[in-house]
Amino acid sequence: MTDEFEEFYKSFEEPELTADEKELLAQMPEIGEFGESRRKFLGNAAAGGLGLFALQLLAQEQVLARMETAEGAMFASVAEENAVAVRLQINGVEKSLNLDSRVSLLDALRERLALTGTKKGCDQGQCGACTVIVDGRRVLSCLTLTATCEGKKVTTVEGLAQGDELHPMQAAFIKHDGFQCGYCTPGQLCSAVALLEEAKNGEASHATTNLRSKARNLKLSQDEIRERMSGNICRCGAYPGIVAAIQEVHSGRETAQTWRFVSDEEIAALNTEEKADEIV
Amino acid sequence: MKSFKYTRSTDAASAIQAVSANKDAKFLAGGTNLIDLMKEYVERPNELVDITRLNLAQINSVKGGVSIGALAKNTDTANHPLVRQNFPLLSQAILAGASAQLRNMATNGGNLMQRTRCQYFYDVAMPCNKREPGTGCGALEGLNRIHAIFGYSEKCVATYPGDMANALYALDAIVRIKSANGQERTIPVQDFHRLPGDTPEKDNNLQHGELIIAIELPKNNFADKSYYLKVRDRASYAFALVSVAVALEVKNNQIKQARIVLGSVAHKPWRSTEAENALVGKSANDETFQQAAQIAMKGAKPLAHNTYKIELGKRAIVLALQKAMNGGAA
Repeated sequence: MTDEFEEFYKSFEEPELTADEKELLAQMPEIGEFGESRRKFLGNAAAGGLGLFALQLLAQEQVLARMETAEGAMFASVAEENAVAVRLQINGVEKSLNLDSRVSLLDALRERLALTGTKKGCDQGQCGACTVIVDGRRVLSCLTLTATCEGKKVTTVEGLAQGDELHPMQAAFIKHDGFQCGYCTPGQLCSAVALLEEAKNGEASHATTNLRSKARNLKLSQDEIRERMSGNICRCGAYPGIVAAIQEVHSGRETAQTWRFVSDEEIAALNTEEKADEIV
Repeated sequence: MKSFKYTRSTDAASAIQAVSANKDAKFLAGGTNLIDLMKEYVERPNELVDITRLNLAQINSVKGGVSIGALAKNTDTANHPLVRQNFPLLSQAILAGASAQLRNMATNGGNLMQRTRCQYFYDVAMPCNKREPGTGCGALEGLNRIHAIFGYSEKCVATYPGDMANALYALDAIVRIKSANGQERTIPVQDFHRLPGDTPEKDNNLQHGELIIAIELPKNNFADKSYYLKVRDRASYAFALVSVAVALEVKNNQIKQARIVLGSVAHKPWRSTEAENALVGKSANDETFQQAAQIAMKGAKPLAHNTYKIELGKRAIVLALQKAMNGGAA
């Protein structure tokens, strides 16, 4: 592992914490182990050629996933009106909740279970940022009442990776620059992962031409992917990267990455050029 | 959102009983429209009866056609082999609506029950006779680009926004309903939705507590030549400005039967039997289609901002008929 990497990890391991955060950390010994396990993972991942950017993202994701154990400590529940008891499975873990009948699945995930990967965009079914997979189907968690989820299996973006190994769709989004600010990305990812199954099952879209014959294992064109992903709005306009990522995973054919990080030498060269410009 | 009591129902009879007993109770199915409206305080039920677990999601062959359960999801309906094979127009219309996520949640019964997307209806600070009878219509003299050109009243110029129902009208579907007394009744889908008249608060002819249990699709000969054309502000995930469901039965290039239903131009899907009759017996060509389109748009009365819908409607009808002749949704 290079020194450059070590420096980068240090910035994670010795963060400046507020008093609240310190207290929270004290209540969560799991996070103490985090540095060690992450370092081990980062070593493997770096050897595997994953970008620095990807590591940072995954590290953040892991912190949030760990926070799940702080359920209750973080968000003391207020008195519920019309309380409903709900048992459901989230990313393979059984959860029992007692909540106000009004609580959306989105709010339950974020505010009660500290699974903040799922994002609240419009909160009214117009943007897709809150997309999660319920019983194998992508749905909008903002328009789903948690009360209706009794016995259901929910997969959020936190549940896509297998331990330290990214879901192929996550890796492809990074490889193909499928996001800029990242806010819509958890929804895009859940949507894209569910889309793969829909194509396998031969489900049609508005872009499908021959509706009367039904074939399985559809080979989706770019137009098909765009139509099928239209429920996920990206305000940064990362659509070309999103389509490329989905097409790669869907087709199984690898396509070249079209971006890379600038090297130190290149930055140095740029600085020299700028100085030269100033002199002129 | 206003606080409400939530109950999970396991059989239709008890669900109907629960809603019938409380005038402020509502059935909850996919929730894609109802929950949204509740967040906006447009809908304020004090009780929701969750019917999603009722056994009403089957799609199967019945005598004379196909029955699709009220609680079958839009996705499952559009993709069911019986529907794709025999009624591709319905699949096409469903797939033109909303997004994959919403279609995975939305049910067929709920789709029929969806409310207008008139901005004045959604904005509780605005007058709206549909939301608060007697407060006036904000859209009549306001921004009415997306509003009706047919069948409206001084009380309401809102449109029915859905896609699925336009196809159901063209397919002569029948809505099967269960009432509080345990009886079942059927309504031809053409008579399901209402024009606003003096009671725009009533979207349709269901009584409080009545539950849609299925939609029946009678056999027809339209599967080869039908098409759903939706014109909108962006290519996907948007409501229609104008949409057209057309279906043709053609023998030796002579039109035997025709259906033309326009969407997003009135308080209900707008079927033009006059235009349909103008097609019957004629040969299927552009001239015939142009004539039918003229007739279909004949009585349109545009508001300040939606005159464009007349020309758009004509062109959409012609294009949809041409597409239908070229195999359309098939």
